[in-house]
Formats: sequence, C-alpha cells, structure tokens
Amino acid sequence: MTADVHQLAKMLHELDDQMVACMKCGMCQAVCPVFAETMNEGDVARGKIALLENLSHEMIKDPVGVQDKLNMCLLCGSCAANCPSGVKVLDIFLKARVIVNTYMGLPAVKKAIFQGLLTKPGVFNSVMDVASKFQGVFTKSANEVIGSSCSRIDLAVIEGRHFMPLAKKSLRKLEPSRNTRPGKSGYRVAFFPGCVIDKIFPQVGQAVLKALTHHEVGIFMPSGQACCGIPALASGDKGSFDKLVKRNLEIFEKENFDYLLTACATCTATMHELWPLMSGDKTQSMQDRIAAMSAKVMDVNQFMVDVLKVSMPVEGHGTKVTYHDPCHLKKSMKVSEQPRALLKSNPNMEFVEMSDADRCCGCGGSFNLQHYKVSKDIGAQKRDNIVASGAQVVATGCPACMLQISDMLSQHKDQIAVKHVMEIYAETL
Amino acid sequence: MISTSLLTEFKTLLGKDNVLDSESDRHSYSYDAAVLDAVIPELVLRPTNSEQLGRTVALCNENKLPMTVRGAGTNLSGGTIPTKEHGVVILTNGLNKILEINEQDLYAVVQPGAVTAKFAAEVAKRGLFYPPDPGSQAVSTLGGNVAENAGGLRGLKYGVTKDYVMGVNFWNAEGEYIKSGGKTVKCVTGLNIAQLMVGSEGTLGVFDEIILKLVPPPVASKAMLAEFDDIAKASETVAAIIANKIVPCTLELLDNATINYVEDFTKAGLPRDAAAILLIEVDGGHIALVEDDAEKVLDICKKHGAKRVQMAKDAAEKNKLWEARRNALPALARARPTTVLEDATVPRSQIPAMITAINNIGAKYKLQIGTFGHAGDGNLHPTILTDRRDKEEFHRVEQAVDEIFDVALSLGGTLSGEHGIGTAKSKWLEKETSKATIIYSRRLKKAVDPNYLLNPGKIIGG
Repeated sequence: MTADVHQLAKMLHELDDQMVACMKCGMCQAVCPVFAETMNEGDVARGKIALLENLSHEMIKDPVGVQDKLNMCLLCGSCAANCPSGVKVLDIFLKARVIVNTYMGLPAVKKAIFQGLLTKPGVFNSVMDVASKFQGVFTKSANEVIGSSCSRIDLAVIEGRHFMPLAKKSLRKLEPSRNTRPGKSGYRVAFFPGCVIDKIFPQVGQAVLKALTHHEVGIFMPSGQACCGIPALASGDKGSFDKLVKRNLEIFEKENFDYLLTACATCTATMHELWPLMSGDKTQSMQDRIAAMSAKVMDVNQFMVDVLKVSMPVEGHGTKVTYHDPCHLKKSMKVSEQPRALLKSNPNMEFVEMSDADRCCGCGGSFNLQHYKVSKDIGAQKRDNIVASGAQVVATGCPACMLQISDMLSQHKDQIAVKHVMEIYAETL
Repeated sequence: MISTSLLTEFKTLLGKDNVLDSESDRHSYSYDAAVLDAVIPELVLRPTNSEQLGRTVALCNENKLPMTVRGAGTNLSGGTIPTKEHGVVILTNGLNKILEINEQDLYAVVQPGAVTAKFAAEVAKRGLFYPPDPGSQAVSTLGGNVAENAGGLRGLKYGVTKDYVMGVNFWNAEGEYIKSGGKTVKCVTGLNIAQLMVGSEGTLGVFDEIILKLVPPPVASKAMLAEFDDIAKASETVAAIIANKIVPCTLELLDNATINYVEDFTKAGLPRDAAAILLIEVDGGHIALVEDDAEKVLDICKKHGAKRVQMAKDAAEKNKLWEARRNALPALARARPTTVLEDATVPRSQIPAMITAINNIGAKYKLQIGTFGHAGDGNLHPTILTDRRDKEEFHRVEQAVDEIFDVALSLGGTLSGEHGIGTAKSKWLEKETSKATIIYSRRLKKAVDPNYLLNPGKIIGG
C-alpha cells in the first residue's frame, strides 16, 4: 500500500507543471456552477488543485476524500475559460481522475458498464434495443410537448427524474450507414452521431443527414461506431477510453473525408481535444493518427455556417426559440455564434436570448447520476431562465444538455419543446 | 485537538453540512491568494445567521480556538490563512445577504459574505453607485473588503473601502454584540470603532452587518491611452493632471515589461518600445464637463512629452483600451508558473524613482518583474515572475521583495496601498510606524481579545 501511495504521489507530481500555474486567486468561484450551490471551496477548481498539490506532496492520507472532491465537478470548463492564469483545469482534473481512480479501483457498476458494455458496441446496442422494447412496462409519459417519461413506481434510484425514453428505432437502425460522394458543395464529411443521438434522439441524426444531403455534401457514416469515450475517461477508466478511441479511429480511417462532424458538443470536445491530450502514452505513430483524426473533428453548426456558409439570418416571426450554450461547445470549442445564426435563419421562428445562456445546465454526464440534487439545483436556474425568456422552444447543440433541460422543464410541467439546432434548421429545407 | 463533544456541539448549532472536518475539505481552506505556505485548519465552520455566528465565536473563545474569518479567500497578504495551531476557519459565505439598499438616504446594509460585484450590480440597478472595485470583486466579499480596506482602480477619485463604511456591527471575541457607526451621514457618537474595524483584518471582531455609503453614479466618462518614451515623463504627467485640478476616476500605468507581456499575450497593438503607457479615464455628472476635462488631460499629456495619445471615441474603443489593463495580470501570470503580486505604494512624485529601483532590484537578483498599477494614487504592483518550486530562485524573490519594501518606505511610501499586512508584511510594520505603535496596537488587541484568538499573528504578529 505504501509503495502504491508513493507511486501515486510520483504520478501526481507530473501534473505539477500545470497545477503550479494556479495563482489561487479564486476567480473560478465566480463561474463554477457547483460552487454556486454548495459554497464549498473544495468544489471549485482552486480548492481541488490545492488538494491535488498536497496529495502529490504526500501531505494527505485521504484518497477517498480526493476522489469525492474530484468527482464533484461537471467538467464544464467554466473555470478554465475564466482563469486569469490560463490553468488547464480540465486536463488536470481528467488526468487526476485517471490517477486517483486507477489507484482506488473502479466501482463494480462502472466496471460492468464501461468494460462490459461500452467497449463492446455490439453487446451495448443489443442491450439498448431490448431495453427500448420493454421500457414502457416501467415508465409512463410525463410531458407530451417535451416527450419525456417518468417511472411508474416511486423508485429511490430515479430520484423523481423525468427522462427521455429510448427511441423505438435507433438511428443505427433507421440509417445503418451512408457512403456518398460529394455533390456541388465539393465537401465530403464523416458523421459521428454518438450514443445519445443514436439511441434517444435519432431525429437529430436524421436532421443532420437531411441538411448535409440538401447541401450536396458527401457523407461517410460507417456502421460499428463506438462511444467517443468520455464517460469512461470522466470516471478515470483510461483503459476503456483507449479501446474506444482505437476502435473509432480504425473505423473512420477506412475512408477519406474533409471533416469528421458531430452534433454532440461533448463528443466534439472529446474527440477534438481529449483524444490527443490523453494519447501521450501511445506510440508516436498512434499519436500521429489520433492527432490527424482529431484535427478533422468539427461541430456540425460550425460546419454549416463557417464552411458551407449556409445561414442567411432573417427577421423570423412566429414561434419564439431560445438557445442554451453547451459548455463543451462554447467554452471548449468557442462555438456560440454559429448555432444562433442557424436558428435565426428559420423564418418561422423568432430568436430570443435567455439570460446566462452559457451557464452550465448541470448535467455533466455521470455527475447527474452521482450528484442529482446539485445537478437539479443548477438545472433549476437554467429552467427559470428558459421560462423567463418567453420561448416556446429551447434549442441547444448537445444531446446531454437536451436530456437535462427536458428533465427540468418536464418536472415543472412547462410546455416548452426541447430541440437540437439542426432539427430547427432542417425544418427550413 | 477539538473534542468530539465540541464537534457535536458545532454540528448541532450549524447543521452537519456546515461543519467541514474531513481532511480533504480542510485542505481547501489552508491558503489564500498570497504566495505563502499553506496551514490546514482543524475545522471549518459556516454559520448561516447572526445568532449562529455569535454562538460560534463564543464557543471558539470558550474552547480557546484561534479563529480566522474567511470570505472568498482572495487575500493577497495571508490574512485568511489560518493560524498555526488548532485554528478554525469561520466562513462568511453563508451570511451573504444584502439586507437593505436605501435609495432615499443613500446607504446599504449588508452581511459580510455578500459578493462585492453582485452588490455593486444591485446598487446600480437602483441608479446608485458603490465605487470600490478591487480586482477580485467578482468573487471577493464586502466583509473581506472592509477587513482588508480594499482598494481598486477608482481609488484616485473615489477612495478605498474605508471611505464608504458608515457603520459596522460585529461580535467581539467573547461573543458579545458590538454596534458602531450608523445610517446617518453625520454620526459622531462615541469612539469611532467602525473605522478602527476597517483594515483590522479580523483581529478585533467578527463582522455581522456592515453599513455602506452609496453615491450617485457618474453619467459620462471618457478614456484615453498615452504613450511615453520616458517613465519620468509619464509620472510628471500624472502630477500635472492633478495639479490642474482634474481628478480622473482612473489613472493607470503599465511599464515597458508589462506592455510587452500584454502584447505577447493579446497582440492588441500596444507600443512595445514605449517606456510606459498611461490609461486615463475621467468621469462626472455632465457630458460637456467630462469632455472638457478629457481634452485638458489630452493637452497635458502632450505637453509633458506623450509620444501619442489615443482618445476612445465610443464605448467599444474605450473597452479596447481597457483590455490592456485588464490583461496585465493574466499576461504576467502566464509568463512563469508563480506570480508574486506586490503592493508597494509611494507618493505620486516618487513613481519614477520607485520603478527605477524595482528594475534595478530585478536586475540585481536576476528576476523578471513587470510593474503596473494605480499611478494616480502611487499604488504600484511590482509583479515578480518566478517558479516557487525553484527554492534558490524563490529565495532571491524574497530578498527582492524585502528590498522593494525598503525602497518604498525610504521614498515616503507605505507597505500596502490596498492588499493589507497579514502575515506577509507584518515584519516591516514597525519600520513604517514605530515600536510604540506596535505596542499600542497589541495593548488594544489584548483589551478586546484577551485570549488572543481573533486571527492571531496577523498585522501585529504575536
């Protein structure tokens, strides 16, 4: 055990170069959604970095406490975006999660999910298909405008959540694959729908395919795609993450294309930023392959506006639509104007800005599962801002945010539809 | 050690979520923004109402627990780092309400944990103005601002926090409620304890409510950037502006090193070869008067050797000018791992001498130093760029800091324009004041805190 602690300290010491840049100024408190709820210094970036510094210097004998603190983070990147010193907070936290969770061991449930399901897409898809068929036994409709469900029985594990049901037919079944040549646009793109779009929001994937086809963009959408890896990485399971990266790489390397598009902010940020960031332990050749693929990754909104230059903002009238900035799109990828431009190009909709549109919705992937109360408190503010905007539709660019926002609105019985920007754009075609 | 029964008593009083006793939690309260060694508190307590706060203080006193009160922990002189043995940290962020904003009588009553920028925004919504604007205002608390007598960019015209404190109600070390000052513009009743509390850094009492003065906001402002090839000329310009009876709301200086770090970082087009730039903003209650002042300032800059003066035509241009100032610290902070931001303050006329001395000290100790700050009030921030892990270099940093403060004092300056004394600068206090002053201060402390438990070791040591 002692040797392990020393090994852990050595590995953490390697993060020192990044952590030492933290001036402990505390400006991260101003933007951290978790801190706003708990008011605990240990929940904000500065506190976590101090804790990790102390851990690496062997001043602390409480790895469970460190693990808990590290997990108490949405990985939204607000702190990094607001940091005067430019501390790469997400890099530090993700690497630290890998180190601490490797040392502590992965909980059995996560091990089963990541190593037994996520890294085996065939098994994962089959399980989800079965779940899709039988979900009606346990769930009932909660809000028809949103399309959400809730549990038929009062289960503690559900904690009153309203959730989006699994689609009757996944995108994978509706559109098993595509491989078309470029038309007038001259571009050919690969499309990575990601798990949530595939299994819960296939209509978003279909909207993307419709828009790309309309603009005569060649599409390569291979079958057999796997998860981008963020759930495993966020839980510190680097092994599963590596497997998923490798599998996706092999699938997409089969063809040539200009961009690798996603309609999921989290997948985009993961593939563009985290794939190369976490590849330092790989061979040079593998690192080069990952870097080349990552460089092609682009958010679909950005592709439509910056590359295809399709949006022509109009003075829209009719249904009021507002937009929520997903953290991974705005804070990680610096994409915020493009989705708004697409929304404004719909003549049947009037765009209205909500307050704090770029404030995290509180989802944070597994954060929502582990810390639902805090996640819900953060989401409640988002819900209030959406309602205050007067919008009848809230659009966003991340299916994970769509899940969280749907839950928040549905629980309040709000009659506000939750859509992806590409769904709204596709309506104009 | 804190006994199990006392721990239980705190948990009963405050609720278990407001008593942080795990090792990982306590670590998060072992530092502030000063580059000093961390000290881990034995317990962290968060009262959420006045009665809880009073009882917490009384319990600490009864059990001889040293108390360090902490707002946002943005302190730059170690004022919120707990004391070494058995110290507890008392958090004020559970007491963060703005209790009253009185638009008729121009005052506000706040709890100590209210965040400065949020308060200023609430005041502004009602057409009023709270001028103190410390750089950390987005997170800093008003209680912390009062305890440290925080300043900011508007200090030249509008003063610092002390100029806005009308009253302070607080718990003394023994948990008794003390009231001082009030809500009237004129209030000379009794000892002026409220002002004694300002800048006392948590050594004399624990704030419960603070009464702050509000003022009407300026209705117009104009900003400009002036370039100089000689820092003495920039300094003369500062003095000349004031001598011409114009008091800008902000008058900031960036030295050549800082200009270049900012330019490296932002590529904003700042003049890399300028010895210094001045960023000047005038404001007031009438647009014509403000424009007239701005033109006069522009002329003064030119007459005193400014190579170029760029007046902002609109809000967007003004914002662009201020980007340079806003990016000074981020640009410096990115240059090296550790940033030691100091707070040497001298009479305006001594700015060139101070900056020359800082540069000489930097050369002597082979250190990178960028200097920027509030030239209008002589409050400079020499910022040493280093790596704390390099023990030899950090020793040179400590020697350089010693010399910088020696020079500041020799030029008739002060140890702190706005960052407080804390533990970081307490060793120089006698040099700036006198032995008798220290003894007098300690007697005062002893009289109001007989067990020496309120943030011991800060300002006057002991």
